[in-house]
Amino acid sequence: MKIEIQGINKSFGAVQANADVSVTVASGTIHGLLGENGAGKTTLMRILSGYLQADSGEIRVDGGRLELHSPADAIGQGIGMLHQDPLDVPALSVLDNFALGLHRGFWQRRGRIQRTFFNLCRRFGVQLQPEDRVGNLTVGERQQLELVRLLALGVRVVILDEPTTGISEPQKRLLFETLHRLAEEGLTVIFVSHKLEDVEMLCSVATVLRAGQVVGELRAPFDRERLVEMMFGRAVVAPPFASRCTTREALDIQSLVVESSRMRMAPASLKACAGEVIGLAGLEGSGQRLFMEACAGIRKAQSGHLVIDGVDLTNGRYRDYLDQGVAYVPASRLEEGLVRGLSVREHFVLARQRAGFLVDWEAAEQVASARIAEYSVVGTTGSRVEELSGGNQQRALLSLLPDSLKLLILDHPTRGLDLGSGIWVWQQLHERCLQGTVILFASTDLDELVDNSDRLLVFSGGKVSQPVASAEMSREELGFMIGGVNL
Amino acid sequence: MDSAIIIETVRSVVASSTPLVFAGIGELLTERSGITNLSLDGSILLAAMAGFAMAYVSGSLLLGFALAMLVGALIALVVAASSIYLYQDQVAVGLVLTLLMADVSSFVGLRYVRLPGPSVPSLSIPGLSALPWVGTALFSQNLLVYLSYLLVLGVWIWLYRTQPGLRLRSIGERPEAAFARGIPVNRMRMVYTGIGGALVGLAGASYSLCVKLGWSHNHTAGMGWIALAIVIFGGWHPFRVALGAYLFGALKSLGSLMQPVYPSVPTQVFQAAPFALMIVALLLVAGDAAAIERRLPARLAPLVRAVFQHGTPAGLGRRFEQG
Ligand SMILES: Nc1ncnc2c1ncn2[C@@H]1O[C@H](COP(=O)(O)OP(=O)(O)OP(=O)(O)O)[C@@H](O)[C@H]1O
Ligand SMILES: [Mg+2]
Repeated sequence: MKIEIQGINKSFGAVQANADVSVTVASGTIHGLLGENGAGKTTLMRILSGYLQADSGEIRVDGGRLELHSPADAIGQGIGMLHQDPLDVPALSVLDNFALGLHRGFWQRRGRIQRTFFNLCRRFGVQLQPEDRVGNLTVGERQQLELVRLLALGVRVVILDEPTTGISEPQKRLLFETLHRLAEEGLTVIFVSHKLEDVEMLCSVATVLRAGQVVGELRAPFDRERLVEMMFGRAVVAPPFASRCTTREALDIQSLVVESSRMRMAPASLKACAGEVIGLAGLEGSGQRLFMEACAGIRKAQSGHLVIDGVDLTNGRYRDYLDQGVAYVPASRLEEGLVRGLSVREHFVLARQRAGFLVDWEAAEQVASARIAEYSVVGTTGSRVEELSGGNQQRALLSLLPDSLKLLILDHPTRGLDLGSGIWVWQQLHERCLQGTVILFASTDLDELVDNSDRLLVFSGGKVSQPVASAEMSREELGFMIGGVNL
Repeated sequence: MDSAIIIETVRSVVASSTPLVFAGIGELLTERSGITNLSLDGSILLAAMAGFAMAYVSGSLLLGFALAMLVGALIALVVAASSIYLYQDQVAVGLVLTLLMADVSSFVGLRYVRLPGPSVPSLSIPGLSALPWVGTALFSQNLLVYLSYLLVLGVWIWLYRTQPGLRLRSIGERPEAAFARGIPVNRMRMVYTGIGGALVGLAGASYSLCVKLGWSHNHTAGMGWIALAIVIFGGWHPFRVALGAYLFGALKSLGSLMQPVYPSVPTQVFQAAPFALMIVALLLVAGDAAAIERRLPARLAPLVRAVFQHGTPAGLGRRFEQG
């Protein structure tokens, strides 16, 4: 289907998220949509999927005007969307989420639905257990589930809002192959991403948005520098990684064993120096998260020891971890990191004013406005966190961290961030290393892992490798280890 | 005690708990859709009065039940509509309606106090009622009792085996996600609140036409509050809500059996004991399904999950606004 978006305007209060946006997507193509955080990509796609109503403008499909008042209308027209933050029902099982809205029949026909589900999973290399609770899955697994569900719906236009943030390289290759094949069969794909290499691999055309407006359109083969300049209005280059590692031992983890109802991790050991950055590599759900939660004091370890700056914190109270200067930044921003419904200012009260009875709003306002300016969060201190764009939520989350920390643990620190912001976040983090902070971070992005860390721990199905120096790892070797070879 | 007395006691417990089953299941449907209808106690009173009065005046039980269900549905719809369309707080509106409807029932019902009225006939189910022990206790009842059995089973099937039921669970859990999948969240909430309210109305009429016949001031004596508590303790699961209703009925009749045995104990103790015992018993029933599951062989786990899965609907009481 050919889609013409014409003159779309959409404002949220004072913020104009889309200003006279017009984009034409040809039938059977894979069309990229690029732009920095807060550029208005998600807003535009939500309008196209019927989730939001535009203030003005129209959408035409194959020349005919579409009236989209709700997602039901869009689904009826064969337009489906994978949302940036998984829009599913955490309390229900994988299969229930898959079945929800799938057909109009009366009986569930679980047997038949399960067969469809397994077929699609096999086709796309997705491994999900139908009876697992979706709330227990990783963000990546939830995105995979949504994707499989959309394909089962038989949509003719599929909108993917950053679908590659939670999947592994092999899964990504499978996904791209499938999308290419589906596009040949006539499926129209709109692909929103921050990863230029993904866009290069996949798209034949790309439209760039900046501050709610269309800046321009490029065709494959893309000129990377030109794309970056259109997105940010300037050239963006990452500075090379320089180790801030000292010789003072700051973190000592001995044979830490952590267990959840889903998996039991093999003992993991790690000694790190002040200022060192350790990357945790591996497919999502391979045990990194358990390891990080145990290090952060959120989860009890079955056995082993965790010593930070000479203080044994093993299975201590969470409070003690905080007092020792340990901080954890989880991956799902809106569910674990931030409190929906509270403003940015109120988050600073929660994070900074732990003692005292009355809230010092003035102080909170001061810190909040200084920090969001420093972290270039697009929004005000009064914005509720769910109103911020995905990338700005991540910035807000980072801006909440205390100034001096001994151990900073981050789960996917740049997930959803644009190129410029990603570079900027790593500059901030590396600066913290200068003060002796040890950084542990998990990522599924091999480039991010290798480019930003001193050493790597590779996780695979609950097993953990010895620490290896990042500089000595080729991406290929790393890929093998993540797959479980030579671990 | 010989077995005949026990069977008769069980039979009367089942019969007298039936209105509570209707009210609990009705509220369960409403809350599963994400709306809290706190007006239950007042709705039940008014429905009990209206149902009895209608049956008395027209001589038709069916008309009595129909009016009661209409009353229950309308009151519930006021709660839902004021939240969805008028941006009012569900809890506040529900509470005000409770008080208001209780007074309305007293006032309008003045003319019908202590009149002898019609009642629903009993009907033994051939075959089933001949079963040893349970036959008489469960299958020698009035028609509404059989209806309540079917309702509990039907609601369970609806929730866990059908597509509309799955959609219902999703709008109470995460309305945004349901909306994104093409489900008209607010319209569905209105529908389920209406159906739930109609069942609450049925509860009122089945009390005044089957259990404690007739009408008097504050006739249903706090049944709405009990129903609300049972829905919570029953984890929004139809079987457990029904179990909770029968348990409460059993505890109450235990009180009246014990009172003559221990005349020295003040009667208030026996009147209040069911409420306290209920909390203890329901805490036990509301045990962690995951814990039960872990102790069973893996093959049975899905079955246990199907029967016991529960939890507060995450979207309960939260307005949903579409963009
Ligand atoms: N529901 C909302 N209420 C208020 N403001 C909003 C809302 N949704 C989006 N915005 C604002 O609109 C602007 C565009 O947001 P949008 O989510 O479309 O950006 P985006 O291009 O998808 O960014 P990202 O790459 O970070 O996901 C942002 O400034 C954001 O704060
Ligand atoms: Mg976005």
